[in-house]
Amino acid sequence: MKQHVSSTVNGEQMEFLCEPDETLLEALRDRLNLTGTKEGCGTGDCGACSVLLDGTLVCSCLVFAPEIEGRELTTVEGIASPEALHPVQRKLLEHAALQCGICTPGVVVAAKALLDANPNPSEEETRYWLAGNLCRCTGYDKIIRAVLDAAAEMRGAAP
Amino acid sequence: MSRPHESAELHVSGAALYTDDLALPAHTLHGAYGLSEVAHGRLCGLELEAARQARDVVDVLTAADVPGVNNYGGIVADDPIFADGEVHYAGQPLFLVVAHEREAARRAARLASARIEPLPAILDIRAAIAAESFVLPSKRLVRGDPDAELARAPQRLSGSVGMGGQDHFYLEGQVAVALPQEDGGMHLWSSTQHPSEVQHLVAAALGVASHAVSVSCRRMGGGFGGKESQPAMIACAAAVAARRSGRPVKIRLDRDIDMLATGKRHDFLADYDVGFDGDGRIRALSVMLASRCGYSADLSGPVSDRAVCHLDNAYFIPHVAIVSHRCRTNTVSNTAFRGFGGPQGMMVIEHILDDIARHLGCDPLAVRRVNLYGIGERNVTPYGQIVEDNILPDLLEQLASEADYAGRRRAVAEWNEREPVIKRGLALTPVKFGISFTKTSYNQAGALLQIYRDGTMLLNHGGTEMGQGLHTKVLDIVARELGVPNAWVRITATDTSKVPNTSATAASSGSDLNGKAAQDAARTLRERLAAFVRERDGVEIGPEDFDGGRVQIGANSIPFAELVEAAYRARISLSATGFYRTPKIHWDMDRLMGRPFYYFAYGAAIVEAAVDTLTGESRLLALDILHDVGHSLNPAIDIGQIEGGFMQGVGWLTSEQLYFDSDGALRTHAPSTYKIPTARDWPERAEVRLFGRPNPEETIYRSKAVGEPPLMLAIAALHAIRDAVAATPGGAGRPRLMAPAVPEAVLRAMGAVCELSEERSPLGDTMGTTSPDATEQTAFRLI
Ligand code: FES
Ligand code: FES
Repeated sequence: MKQHVSSTVNGEQMEFLCEPDETLLEALRDRLNLTGTKEGCGTGDCGACSVLLDGTLVCSCLVFAPEIEGRELTTVEGIASPEALHPVQRKLLEHAALQCGICTPGVVVAAKALLDANPNPSEEETRYWLAGNLCRCTGYDKIIRAVLDAAAEMRGAAP
Repeated sequence: MSRPHESAELHVSGAALYTDDLALPAHTLHGAYGLSEVAHGRLCGLELEAARQARDVVDVLTAADVPGVNNYGGIVADDPIFADGEVHYAGQPLFLVVAHEREAARRAARLASARIEPLPAILDIRAAIAAESFVLPSKRLVRGDPDAELARAPQRLSGSVGMGGQDHFYLEGQVAVALPQEDGGMHLWSSTQHPSEVQHLVAAALGVASHAVSVSCRRMGGGFGGKESQPAMIACAAAVAARRSGRPVKIRLDRDIDMLATGKRHDFLADYDVGFDGDGRIRALSVMLASRCGYSADLSGPVSDRAVCHLDNAYFIPHVAIVSHRCRTNTVSNTAFRGFGGPQGMMVIEHILDDIARHLGCDPLAVRRVNLYGIGERNVTPYGQIVEDNILPDLLEQLASEADYAGRRRAVAEWNEREPVIKRGLALTPVKFGISFTKTSYNQAGALLQIYRDGTMLLNHGGTEMGQGLHTKVLDIVARELGVPNAWVRITATDTSKVPNTSATAASSGSDLNGKAAQDAARTLRERLAAFVRERDGVEIGPEDFDGGRVQIGANSIPFAELVEAAYRARISLSATGFYRTPKIHWDMDRLMGRPFYYFAYGAAIVEAAVDTLTGESRLLALDILHDVGHSLNPAIDIGQIEGGFMQGVGWLTSEQLYFDSDGALRTHAPSTYKIPTARDWPERAEVRLFGRPNPEETIYRSKAVGEPPLMLAIAALHAIRDAVAATPGGAGRPRLMAPAVPEAVLRAMGAVCELSEERSPLGDTMGTTSPDATEQTAFRLI
């Protein structure tokens, strides 16, 4: 029997019906039409499906959709403000840190989680944090530069 | 700053739509495969009843349900959409379950079973050679008198070189949606590098004409060659299911199915016999080069040809014989992968030069230097093409001196003197990669450009976007030719109904071909507008008068849109096609002689690596790359290609292991066991630079292709690891290091562990030296 789920997604109250064993990734993509969250593996190994659940970075392919009942979810669609891209997004763009772009939403979400927790990560911390986000195109260096640059900018911008 | 990728803003905000993201029409059905678990056998029957009865299941398809031709092979018709009569590899699609939901289809597929009577399976290259099991006839390329010169050479070595295959691991798996149209038509959304081939094969599978089928693709989430011939498999299956049900059908393979069912980079094995002088200069070389093609031909012919044509890499080999075997095995049919055989060919000669250097006890770079192609002499490749634009000696010297190869060589030696546990290694390897499809007819491209009355325009060309920035480059070219802001030009999905009979976006040739075709279309329209002005105002205007969204007509500057509107009213056609074919090339496929390549792209890399002698783990410490992209169309995109290509090559050669068990089943079919590089694997220090000399050939704005060549820069990483292994007592001499250099392989090369289950190696052999006699036998028995 389908289950009713209600939660806050990207700041908006949302309700949907889903199978009890449906993954959050499937529910986001197929029921809420939030297709920015991608499936790269479905087994928690690639990070393409990264989302923030109550602020914590999780792989949405490893979470059952009913588990988000009453909780707060942020997907890549909720990272930018209506006026402007998040610094991580803008820096990824400026550093040409994306090619096919399909890993990019996961990288954006994971990098935001890193900078929320640690505004001044070292290069090594950044590399370890993002090691769970596979990218087959870039070689990663530009991604790391972009995230460090975004961190620096956000620190400078903070009062 | 270079112009960002045309979709960058969509990428970072999650708004870029990939095939899997496209909104489906109501009543769309979903397909899921059932795969063979047997490598080779007679298919005696399928038990599909339980699957048919399962909840939400609408249909189950097998080979018998294909109305047209049960084949998705583009060159040779030997790739069944569904196995028929015989099963050729573990992972081969047997049937497709079609259901209302994807999950229901997947579950039901597991309820079905197959009765397969096993037959003996050939799994590795050695076994295939022994059985003379080939997908295509062997080819032979000979120059001079290698036998006599080998006998006469002052020194002689023989050995074997082996390397594993590689899964593409495009982060977006294979996906297609078939949408039935009226009057027998079918439209497909397909994640494909080759929409035209999908179109033709779907038409054949449905038994309809090509004009009844159209295919579109806006972007792929990575391709790397894996979406050249492979997408037709699921596109055909989806189309057949859609025809039967009259409803749209979507197939998206999950990661495991994708890795089990679709082709990969060819693993190769080479036995060599080389003669050289005291400086390590090659006098003669004889090589038996064998590729594991899997069960069918697919693109293995051209892949193996390209391997033969890159076995020289950057070096002059006066007397040479190469025998190329295209081995048929009961494994997945290997296919295109960035470099297309080139990397495997180059691996062989780089290994040989390294062996020569270690045999002579000198620096491998010294041996590489003396063998480089000359300028004006020693400059003819084994296949008869003159290396006209050889910038490699300059490039290599610039890199070696800027990155202080000599100083670092000393430092590495001192380190290794001091440190017993962590050993370091250093290597510089060059790349010379031929640009053009070896199949001459593929070297053509078309474009369609239409200007609307507000001055904005829509551009289509035959190339596909897989992240390489092709659309960004082509869009730039059109905006530049017409002197308008980039935002006025929009590229939509590549579509067979806009530009017909396109070549695959492959062979690094995407911007060379499509850039020129789009330029041709833009120039046609510019000239039409200029002719209109000439007629109307009696004023001559040229290319420089189109600038900044305005047009200079004599003393007057008017907005581009105003001129377009005036031209429209004067009934001037505002749409044009463009076309390009690569000049100068010709190729005799049987004799392997001619000028297959319009030009060469060059590069070189220095890698410093460290190896832990206790665990076999390795790390890249430093990287210096100097790479030739001619006059860059977009430096940021080109450097991205170089970094990404290098890293993908590092994965192939150091961490990505396709492990087939003794029954021929792939056991590493998910990222949990198949390890592509992560953010932690990029070298601790890296310097990537463009060489910056314009292409002497008249390519688009004198640029050079950049997609594939950088992958081969990663050969330096393997050789740096080999260099470190050679600094251990057990690895001294010519270490038997096999690629990928995973920790087990490194430990084995250092002699630190005893031989582990060698029979399971995909190459069917260990690396290293074989006796000259054994080499002789394998190499020449089949000529
Ligand atoms: S899809 Fe969730 S980690 Fe890969
Ligand atoms: S940009 Fe393609 S996977 Fe990262």
